[in-house]
Amino acid sequence: MLDRIVGSRRVTEGNGHIAAEAGLVTDATQLASTRPTPWQTVQTARNIARPHALDIINRVFERFQELHGDRAFRDDPAIVGGIAELAGRPVMVVGQQKGSSTEENIQRNFGMPYPEGYRKAMRLYRLAQKFHLPLVTLVDTPGAYPGPEAEERGQAEAIASSIQLMTRLGVPVVVVVLGEGGSGGALALGVGDVVLALENATYSVISPEGCAAILWRSASEAERAAVAMKLAGPDLLETGVADALIREPAGGAHTDHDATAAAIKTALIAQLERLSRVPVADLLSLRYERFRAFGTFVEPSGAAAPTPPEPWWRRIIRNPLEKGGL
Amino acid sequence: MRLRNPFGRKPKEFPSNLWTQCPSCGEMLFNKQLERNHSVCQKCGHHFKLGALARVELLADPKSFSETDAEMVSSDPLGFVDSKPYPERIAAARAKSGHKDAVITGDAQISGIPVVLAVMDFEFMGGSMGSVVGEKLTRSAERAFSERKPLVIVSASGGARMQEGTIALMQLAKTVAAVARLDAAAIPFISVLTDPTTGGVLASFASLGDIVLAEPGALIGFSGARVTSETIGEKLPKGFQRSEFLLGHGFVDQVVPRTQLKERIAFFLNAFRLAGQDLRWSL
Repeated sequence: MLDRIVGSRRVTEGNGHIAAEAGLVTDATQLASTRPTPWQTVQTARNIARPHALDIINRVFERFQELHGDRAFRDDPAIVGGIAELAGRPVMVVGQQKGSSTEENIQRNFGMPYPEGYRKAMRLYRLAQKFHLPLVTLVDTPGAYPGPEAEERGQAEAIASSIQLMTRLGVPVVVVVLGEGGSGGALALGVGDVVLALENATYSVISPEGCAAILWRSASEAERAAVAMKLAGPDLLETGVADALIREPAGGAHTDHDATAAAIKTALIAQLERLSRVPVADLLSLRYERFRAFGTFVEPSGAAAPTPPEPWWRRIIRNPLEKGGL
Repeated sequence: MRLRNPFGRKPKEFPSNLWTQCPSCGEMLFNKQLERNHSVCQKCGHHFKLGALARVELLADPKSFSETDAEMVSSDPLGFVDSKPYPERIAAARAKSGHKDAVITGDAQISGIPVVLAVMDFEFMGGSMGSVVGEKLTRSAERAFSERKPLVIVSASGGARMQEGTIALMQLAKTVAAVARLDAAAIPFISVLTDPTTGGVLASFASLGDIVLAEPGALIGFSGARVTSETIGEKLPKGFQRSEFLLGHGFVDQVVPRTQLKERIAFFLNAFRLAGQDLRWSL
């Protein structure tokens, strides 16, 4: 009876200030009332004509110079990155690159990075930190490549290290989910101070097909899995996985790359402008808190969390009926 | 050999609650004796999965373990329903495993050295990491950080818990951020990988130990072997994604038999602790 939900605070609550300034959507009610179904969103996010990382980079940034290779094994074409200018200021940009045709997709491995791709990304993160360049990452992958060579070269270690590096990178980090945010392979580029997502992007722990194959024992149940997994834009706002959504042109991002890029550019400039004023130590502790807050669980109040102790007055304000309250 | 095992030709006649057949060498093992040997086959050394409580008993000094956050249970953030609602799955897993969720955390001593110990249990929904596992591990790392005690995590997990969707995925970042603080503060973190450690758990804190140890023959990999073999359309070589495979490719420090695990962990903890004391003397 004294059970209390501890971890259900919404991460987005403190982020009201990131709203209107860049035309971002921070509340699902701001979206059109006739929304696509989750399964339609999955299809839109995967549309081959959708703008991919380089389409966005070339429209949003000026003078992009791509940097290649992880300095250890090879250059992974599924991850692109380099230095570019955003509104006249140098930034580091790293993204997962899908192809816009079958040939390009084969060359880009359908946007599924190998471990060396993540190690290239880490090299660029470190470079950004060394020279104080803000970091922008563009997430668009079905997942990290699951093949045997990737296992031999330590796919899991590469992802874990990349996540670790991002949690303590001493520069502002803005993440934009362009299309598919596929599991750990996406999260390796997805730890930032602000996480934005395009309106029709998805972010999930496993692909709907994979989830259906495991839980329903049939990949054809993917549509039901997509609904159950809550992977579409409005759900991401609800859970706080995304801080805000970037509006897409009517009909979806694939209908107008320029307009999509313009919306992303406005959002990035506003966010980097805001974050660049925050001292690095605060940036890092806020980033820690942002990810620390995820999780919903129940525990009897007798065994409540030892940290952090909540001031008594905040508890009373939230629940005046509590024993000993007002 | 047959003489010791007169019923060997008809193993199905063994009462299953008394005997277990070793999947590796086929030997019939008396359960009590197997338990005494920490679930390791006496004949071929095959390591059976070990429950969290037995693991704590194996590693922690007698009576030194005090559990923390024992009452924490999962809620249902997505209202997830597949063939069964998620809360029903949780209830079934609790009944089957006797645990509240897939990890047990607490304070313990290993050969006299105070540590924070976290042990995952594969019996509970495949050891999957959802909010409760993520939170308990994060609290463990934070306690290790604030009390400057080494952290030992024994993993056994299929990965992130699908039923909690992206919230489960975010536990990867949450736990990694917490162990990253230990790394920055030079507080030892020893990660032990047991059968199986795959997916989101391996792709987060489990790969980031200062020392990464694995039990012999454990399945350790990023993606399930089925996914991988479907990706390449052929069968995978024997020993793929096993501890020894990872050792050969440079992703674990040592493969350590279960019976030697405690003394090995104690050795590393001692080495790090003594080095720290020397440093304090020299300052």
